[in-house]
Amino acid sequence: MATLEEEIALSTVVLGAGPDGLLGVEPTDKADQFLVTDSGRTVVHYKVSDQKPLGSWSVKQGQVITCPAVCSFQTGEYIVVHDNKVLRIWNNEDVNLDKVFKATLSAEVYRIHSIQGTEPVVLFKEGAVRGLEALLEEPQQKIEAVISDEEVIKWTKFFMVSKHPVLIFITEKQQQHGNYFAYVQMFNPCTLSKYTLLLGEEEKTVIKNFTASVDRKFICLMSLSSDGCIYESLIPVYPSDGEKNQKVVRSLLLKTVVSGSAQKSVALTILDQNHVAVLGPPLPASKECLSIWNIKFQTLQTSKELPQGTSGQLWYYGETLFMLHGKYLTVIPYKCEASSLAGALGKLKHSQDPGTHTIPHFVNWETSQGCEPGSQNSEQSKRILRRRKTEVSLQPEVPASTQLLLNIKKDSEKHIEIELRKFLALKQTPDFHTVVGDIVAGLLGRCKEEPSFYPRNCLMQLIQTHMLSYSLCPGLLEIALEKTDVQMLQLCLQQFPDIPESVTCTCLKIFLSIDDDSLREIDINMESVSDYNDTAQDENMEEQTGILQNGFSSEEDNCNSCDPELNQKPQDATQATTSCPVIPQRAALLNAILHSAYSEIFLLPYLKDIPAQHVTLFLQYLYFLYLKCSKNATMTLPGIHPPTLSQIMDWICLLLDANFTVVVMMPEAKRLLMNLYKFVKSQISVYSELNKIEVSFRELQKLNQEKHSRGLYSIEVLHLF
Amino acid sequence: MGEFKVHRVRFFNYIPSGIRCVAYNNQSNRLAVSRTDGTVEIYNLSANYFQEKFFPGHESRSTEALCWAEGQRLFSAGLNGEIIEYDLQALNIKYAVDAFGGPIWSMTASPSGSQLLVGCEDGSVKLFQITPEKIEFERNFDRQKSRILSLSWHPSGTHIAAGSIDYISVFDVKSGSAIHKMMVDRQYMGVSKRKCIVWGVAFLSDGTVISVDSAGKVQFWDSATGTLAKSHLIANADVQSIAVAEQEDSFVVGTAEGTVFHFQLVPVASSSTEKQWVRTKPFQHHTHDVRTVAHSPTALISGGTDTHLVIRPLMEKVEVKNYDAALRKITFPHRRLISCSKKRQLLLFQFAHHLELWRLGSTVATGKNGDTLPLSKNAEHLLHLKTKGPENIICSCISPCGSWIACSTASRFFLYRLTYQHDNLSLKRVSKMPAFLRSAVQILFSEDSAKLFVASNQGSLHVGQLLEGRFRHLHTFQPQSGTVEAMCLLAVSPDGDWLAASGTSAGVHVYSVKHLKVFEYSIPGKQYTEWSRTVQKQGFHHLWLQRDTPITHISFHPKRPMHILLHDAYMFCIIDKSLPLPNDKTLLYNPLPPKSESDVVRRRTAHAFKISKIYKPLLFMDLLDEGTLVAVERPLDDIIAQLPPPIKKKKFGT
Repeated sequence: MATLEEEIALSTVVLGAGPDGLLGVEPTDKADQFLVTDSGRTVVHYKVSDQKPLGSWSVKQGQVITCPAVCSFQTGEYIVVHDNKVLRIWNNEDVNLDKVFKATLSAEVYRIHSIQGTEPVVLFKEGAVRGLEALLEEPQQKIEAVISDEEVIKWTKFFMVSKHPVLIFITEKQQQHGNYFAYVQMFNPCTLSKYTLLLGEEEKTVIKNFTASVDRKFICLMSLSSDGCIYESLIPVYPSDGEKNQKVVRSLLLKTVVSGSAQKSVALTILDQNHVAVLGPPLPASKECLSIWNIKFQTLQTSKELPQGTSGQLWYYGETLFMLHGKYLTVIPYKCEASSLAGALGKLKHSQDPGTHTIPHFVNWETSQGCEPGSQNSEQSKRILRRRKTEVSLQPEVPASTQLLLNIKKDSEKHIEIELRKFLALKQTPDFHTVVGDIVAGLLGRCKEEPSFYPRNCLMQLIQTHMLSYSLCPGLLEIALEKTDVQMLQLCLQQFPDIPESVTCTCLKIFLSIDDDSLREIDINMESVSDYNDTAQDENMEEQTGILQNGFSSEEDNCNSCDPELNQKPQDATQATTSCPVIPQRAALLNAILHSAYSEIFLLPYLKDIPAQHVTLFLQYLYFLYLKCSKNATMTLPGIHPPTLSQIMDWICLLLDANFTVVVMMPEAKRLLMNLYKFVKSQISVYSELNKIEVSFRELQKLNQEKHSRGLYSIEVLHLF
Repeated sequence: MGEFKVHRVRFFNYIPSGIRCVAYNNQSNRLAVSRTDGTVEIYNLSANYFQEKFFPGHESRSTEALCWAEGQRLFSAGLNGEIIEYDLQALNIKYAVDAFGGPIWSMTASPSGSQLLVGCEDGSVKLFQITPEKIEFERNFDRQKSRILSLSWHPSGTHIAAGSIDYISVFDVKSGSAIHKMMVDRQYMGVSKRKCIVWGVAFLSDGTVISVDSAGKVQFWDSATGTLAKSHLIANADVQSIAVAEQEDSFVVGTAEGTVFHFQLVPVASSSTEKQWVRTKPFQHHTHDVRTVAHSPTALISGGTDTHLVIRPLMEKVEVKNYDAALRKITFPHRRLISCSKKRQLLLFQFAHHLELWRLGSTVATGKNGDTLPLSKNAEHLLHLKTKGPENIICSCISPCGSWIACSTASRFFLYRLTYQHDNLSLKRVSKMPAFLRSAVQILFSEDSAKLFVASNQGSLHVGQLLEGRFRHLHTFQPQSGTVEAMCLLAVSPDGDWLAASGTSAGVHVYSVKHLKVFEYSIPGKQYTEWSRTVQKQGFHHLWLQRDTPITHISFHPKRPMHILLHDAYMFCIIDKSLPLPNDKTLLYNPLPPKSESDVVRRRTAHAFKISKIYKPLLFMDLLDEGTLVAVERPLDDIIAQLPPPIKKKKFGT
């Protein structure tokens, strides 16, 4: 949340601030110190935290400073231009501006820019730009005219874009108001690109103030127009080649931040990527205000009334805002924490007459996102702001959903499908959730009535809206199970977060029992199954690695001795790893089961119902997955969205817990159990080794401490400095 | 500035006693801490947690409970079955009352502070009325089956909760009868433990009773119905202590695993008025059992077997993020346990029941900064002096010449004469001590070892002359009429003419020993020296002001009057008054020798505070002679090594 802190008033007694305000406030090479140039003859060097001037310099009577003084960040010197052409450079030690370095230039200077990291740059009134050093080498050098005679520079800013200086300036045609051009000057290589600012519909407005920020590719130019709105234009930093006279469109960013009819000047400055500060009267009759707006959420963050009036100028450096308030140069420290939605919901401006203005505190997200009637908006307030005009969707008289629900009751499957597709293509309404639920319920209801009716495609489409859950349509899975529609079941398992354990288990039973041939014919989503059989070819490599379990080579481990049969045929084990015990289609279905959520206690009783052969098959598959996992260092399986190691392990444990007594009696499961036993044993030994290592490390640490401790008594030499 | 040979002593084998109870007093912002050896210490939380007062321990007096009542009165009760009140002015025990119920396990003062309740071994709960001078037995509550380990009053004073073994009873104070008996589950993670001990109970104003027990549970009971409302299993070991904040919006429990858990009453949902207790923060600042906890408005205070007193400020209650918001760990007493004889290079160590005398070693070598010099003679243990009786030693001192040792317990004063013949040492107790010299709060010898100053706990100061192995009483400075404030600090001027004494209320008395007069300077009215005025004017360096440990010792350089040596537990500092004071821009602490800088720069950056943080934790430091320092350190690891092993927690596997 952005906050304005307690203001500091700097006395301007020494400043001859006229009605036009100050010429400029510029930072110096010291964080807390600033150069303030008035519209007359004086430059004052302020230290803000001390609220006092450190130095003050004036030009002679009769001379007028025409360009705000800046500080060169490279040399720490101050630079000012008076009488348009005379450049002065001095530093803190100098007392009299008359006696300091002077250079008379051949053309009139508009501004001098100085920022951290580069030398100061001089912008001439005719648009030419020179580096200060180059200019001082030959002050009388010829300065070319870049802009046409009728154009006048209105505003300019200097940036560093990834260590390259970039200068932007805006010109306006003097005769025809409202014709603006933006020029972007790059240095080494020196390129100048010109853009025409298109004002769009608000053709008649006059731009009152500009501000800009920059990222890697674009200069974001914000303008405050006389209608009180802020517009944004994006100007590319690097010119796209070729095109001459490119055009830049501007778009509305914030509506009516200041009163449109304000006579006095208003000002705008970007604070960070989400916040702007605006100076001006918020309502036609009200006093001037400094307001901070969040442009991302389009809310007013904070505001401060400035009853004594301002000069309509605003500067922002570091974390402080400067403005002329009454007779004082006012400094307001500004802080902004990271934007959050809650923070951005903003606060209402302390309006003086709460009776007359019932302004909503924040944007109504419900209405502004979805189908928002435009009339309501204008009535509520001008202060409801939107970045873009949302396209107003045309609402048919009868809601499509009602029509669809009617169709479901009687139409043919084909027809319903077409209608449904139309409906889903429509814009999603806030109550879309419930409508989808209603449709599914309608479809399922008809399914129950007519056994032949099974709108498979419709249901699949509806599931894929990600709007459904088991609790919303419990009948759906029931029907899919009834029809053994494994494809639908897989989809449901993937999409529904809340399938009961009993249903999961029934699915598992179907997945394990369905025969391979029929599975091959079904189009099943196989993305969780990376081609497991591929690896069968690099058997050689596998033999080298052997079965490495968490870095433990089973060959060396003595637990192998308990299984001489396996020990003799290590190939057998590798054989088991290389070939997947199930076909890929079944693997994909089983993976869907592995991914589904469950809680152990509820799942266990259902697992007991699975026939022993199927349990063995599933265990073999899980063991195969585990071996695949343990083959790479990260312990993951290849492919998109594969089962994780912990899912695999949990299911192995669950299956064994539920069916151990059965499985242990089966001869074909013997090898599998042996392997699992070995694996567990190796895990235990890993942990016990870890505990041993911990103890050894502790002993080492002790030894280390003893080495460092100096014994009970010593005499040492100490030198105090 | 100064090059010193430092005798770095680590053979002071001091083990602080474990902390048994803490009691926080909100009115004075003071904390009473009792230790397993019966010592009771008073810390002033407003004054940088300085240990202001201390009552010596007693072998037979193990405190099991400590509480403040009637505002500023401090009571303790223990396994010898006595309730003790402490005199916070005279620093002695006011009286002891036997409760006649066997060992006392718990005690609590009523919310109004006018009554005391004790829980005894025989299952009785006894109510005592606190009178201005003493306490009087009022009546017994219904006798329970087994010992009462914990007690808590309802804030209205009408009911109490008593934790026993396997159950919690709720009593009606008026009738004294138990209205509910709430059985605590013995089961611990499915295994039935032998017994479930209710280590702590807390009665909240809404009628909830919170209990902590040996099965690792924190349970919430409804005292109106006697039913269990909620249970949190928080530890694999005992939860031994509980303390509730005054606002009843948070409480703290301590476990035998060394963990302290903070529970807070938070709304169930934001903007909801319904609140529930949630375990919010665990803190692991202890290695051993947390025997006791307290909850001040801004901090959680815990102490236990590992002897640290830990004060953990609650960040949400601290408004300014300064050093007050930092965690404090207080391990060592702030009083002096070590004295040194400069002439003979002896160190006298004070333990609870004995004194040790050591002679420092010597070296002939020299070296540069940081070198450890080879010893030509090692340090030598000369004497082990055991006191008789169950009382702990209060204070001790060795004379600068090394031929006198004085020490005192709560009831006896000892003075010994040491004679050195070559390598032999003989010790003789000085008999015929005056009868009034029974107990001393502080003992000091004059610089020439000819005079002995004894501050008794009645506020009087005795001056004696030491001549040819005998003690002759010279004079007694009586306290000012009406005050019985004990003098806890003594200092004597090098010529022996002036004696300064300070009590607990920050006044300093200066006595002229020659003319036997008393001058009193209260701190604000004192004539400060020019230097101290400059310091006041310019202010201390900000880092100096941010230090959070109290200075425990100050001494002056005997040859260079401009030098002041002072130290706390983590650093020592020599202040050279002739050098300019540091301002906030200068580096206060510069551990490395200036290398590249020229002499001019060095001279310009030199300032009055010369700080060294090499020796820590530093218990004692003094100048032996011009170029020799003695520093006594007590590394924490050495203390931990001598504690019983903590509960082991497995890191890998399950």
